[in-house]
Amino acid sequence: MGSTSAENNGSNGVGRRDLIKRSAALGLISVPTMSFLSACASSDSGSDKKATAGTKTAKNPLAVNATAPMEFVLFDGGFGKEYAEDAVKIYEKDFPKAKVKFSATQKIQSTLQPRFNQGTPPDLIDNSGAEQMDMGVLASKKQLTDLTPLLDAPSYDDPSKKVRDTLRPGIVEMGQLDGDPVWIMYYAYTVYGVWYSQKALDSLDEKYPETWDQMLAVCAKAKKKGMAGWTYAGKYPYYLPFSLYPMIGKVGGREVLDAIDNLEPNAWKHPAVKACFEAYYELFKKGYILKGTPGIDHIQSQTAWAQGKALFIPNGSWVENESANVIPKDFNLAVSAPTGIDSSDKLPFGTIWASGGEPFIVPAKGANAAGGMEQLRIMLSEASSKNFTSKVKSLTAYNGGTTGITLTPGLTSGVAALKLAGANVLNPRLQDWYVQLQKEQIGVAGLGEMMAGRATPAETIKKIQGYADATAKDTSIKHYKHQ
Amino acid sequence: MQHGKYRFIVGFLTVPLGLYALFVVWPFIQSIYYSFTDWTGLSPEFKMVGFDNYKRMFHDEIFWKSLQHSLLFALVLPLVTISLALFFAFMINVGGRRRAGGPVISGVRGSSFYKIVYFFPQVLSIAIVALLFAFAYNPDSGAINSLLRGIGLDSVQPLWLGDPSLALWCVMAVLVWSSVGFFVVLFSAGMASIPAELYEAALLDGANRMTTFFRLTLPLLWDTVMSGWVYMGILALGAESFAVVQIMTTGPGGPDYSTTVLVLYVYQKAFRDGQAAYATTIGVALLVVTLAFAAIVMRLGRRERLEF
Repeated sequence: MGSTSAENNGSNGVGRRDLIKRSAALGLISVPTMSFLSACASSDSGSDKKATAGTKTAKNPLAVNATAPMEFVLFDGGFGKEYAEDAVKIYEKDFPKAKVKFSATQKIQSTLQPRFNQGTPPDLIDNSGAEQMDMGVLASKKQLTDLTPLLDAPSYDDPSKKVRDTLRPGIVEMGQLDGDPVWIMYYAYTVYGVWYSQKALDSLDEKYPETWDQMLAVCAKAKKKGMAGWTYAGKYPYYLPFSLYPMIGKVGGREVLDAIDNLEPNAWKHPAVKACFEAYYELFKKGYILKGTPGIDHIQSQTAWAQGKALFIPNGSWVENESANVIPKDFNLAVSAPTGIDSSDKLPFGTIWASGGEPFIVPAKGANAAGGMEQLRIMLSEASSKNFTSKVKSLTAYNGGTTGITLTPGLTSGVAALKLAGANVLNPRLQDWYVQLQKEQIGVAGLGEMMAGRATPAETIKKIQGYADATAKDTSIKHYKHQ
Repeated sequence: MQHGKYRFIVGFLTVPLGLYALFVVWPFIQSIYYSFTDWTGLSPEFKMVGFDNYKRMFHDEIFWKSLQHSLLFALVLPLVTISLALFFAFMINVGGRRRAGGPVISGVRGSSFYKIVYFFPQVLSIAIVALLFAFAYNPDSGAINSLLRGIGLDSVQPLWLGDPSLALWCVMAVLVWSSVGFFVVLFSAGMASIPAELYEAALLDGANRMTTFFRLTLPLLWDTVMSGWVYMGILALGAESFAVVQIMTTGPGGPDYSTTVLVLYVYQKAFRDGQAAYATTIGVALLVVTLAFAAIVMRLGRRERLEF
């Protein structure tokens, strides 16, 4: 038993003096470690290997260095990566000496967050999907390039027109977070609203209802035929705002939504909010919501709706692509602006929520920001935009680009809805400004509970106002205001 | 014998201890350090903020809710899983009817088949299990409600994951289902090492199955049960509970915060809200809870070791 006797040779294990000596040594180690620590997961190397500017010409208004490499990381989601690869080919043709490193991933945040921390991000990122990085934080930490030079550059197709003037309404504003700089270029254009099958509506001998009384009448008729009026992504009730927010905007005017976005006190206590919440609650009370809806996710709800179990679903234009394999051929997918309350609403029927999707960002610490912007300029050309629309069934930020290609039923209906809306396009911002407030608090804890019938509209409004106030007070969250 | 002993030990321990320090201890120290900063996780810039994150945590309602759920997981899950596993393991190995001329103890008929079946869920990744159950819990067309309809219970159609009073139990049931098999196998192995003479003696004294289990099997298996308990508790506080809550529940974490757990909250703060420093603070709280859990279980479970 040699091993135990060693202990018995000394006094009893660690003596007092030893202990003091050792803790002093530990202290000595821990002081330098602190500086080492800060250098570990977040090393601020920020290697300034920036590409020098190229010569500015009519064909190269952003003065891209023709030999500098450019790196582009795309979110590989519902839109695929082909459209971006096609755009990269054009970049390579325009700058044959530049080496383009293109990659597509679903793991945006886990691949790129370490690179931001090391100060070596790529030059262009499609910051989308479940692993989206918080762009408010990125902008406030000076990690993003202001895209104003891109917006003021001549467009790819027509040198006499600025890029800014070729975009759809709301795109530039959405890219601003506070003040003038434009940090984000949303490339896709999403139409939100109430999605339905024109065929199902025809079979009920009804038109899309414009007032809430008509809505209830259509639902009653559907119920008699054994069809629920509505369903929604019960597990992710933050799909409800896709039709509820523009309804609030239609009933009470744009200012109501702006006040909500600006987290103004009592913004949710506006009568328009109350009227719309009560209208939606009535759908539950009258039994017009598909049974079991609070327990199903977005895919399951879209499937039930495509099978004709429910008539209406609040959603965005991606639903056509996402549910393509369950939507029957003769479904005749259509979208409508939300139903209002009655003729006393502030804005006319047709008022719709449409806004940018697929946020592209150009990191400030990338080596070739001009190259990243040039790549975006290429993507915002008519040809690239058309390519995107015909490949992935979605509109782009480029205003136009739908002539000469065959549009799917949903897309056709979306274009028509935008035309009907005219200038009455609303753009509620909670979902990109305050994700936690929008999804977890208003969505799940507020609307989810109300639509499952576990809370009244009055209780829900009180609860949501509380969350909004807490968000306004929270200093760890960056706050934004409509310009 | 003494000469060079330490060099010998050190030689063997350097590599594993070095790895342990680098990949386990070092990240712990780092996250504790970050919990005193305002690091966003998205840029290399941050500054020290003292105890601000901790102060915030103590006033954070959702943190307390998550803690409550995590503790419930740590208490209920091991209790249910281990009791069930002990019962199954006992029936498989010892609980069978005595057959004339057969061995003194044996499992119920078909026990070797059961042993394999119980282990099946262990083969599936927890993500797949969670997805499968999410489909089964679908109130509209899921297996469970369809079954209820099939046997004529049309009026009983719970919302399962959509109901705040049921959701947490639904999630726990999945974890029990997926982990009970592992413990059945673990305890079976433990029971196999108990000498048959002891059972023979007990039987001669007229002990029935119940007495045999509580007076003989359980005390001799106590060490295994304790380690199983700690292991299951850590699973319930950590990765497994995150996976099921993230994949299955409303929101996730809902409805109305009824299923949120500490690990999920850490994830949401770090990767959704860009508040990595606050997330590490919650992580530190989780570390304390986990350590306390292990310490309490070890302390309560300490018993005289039986030699056999």
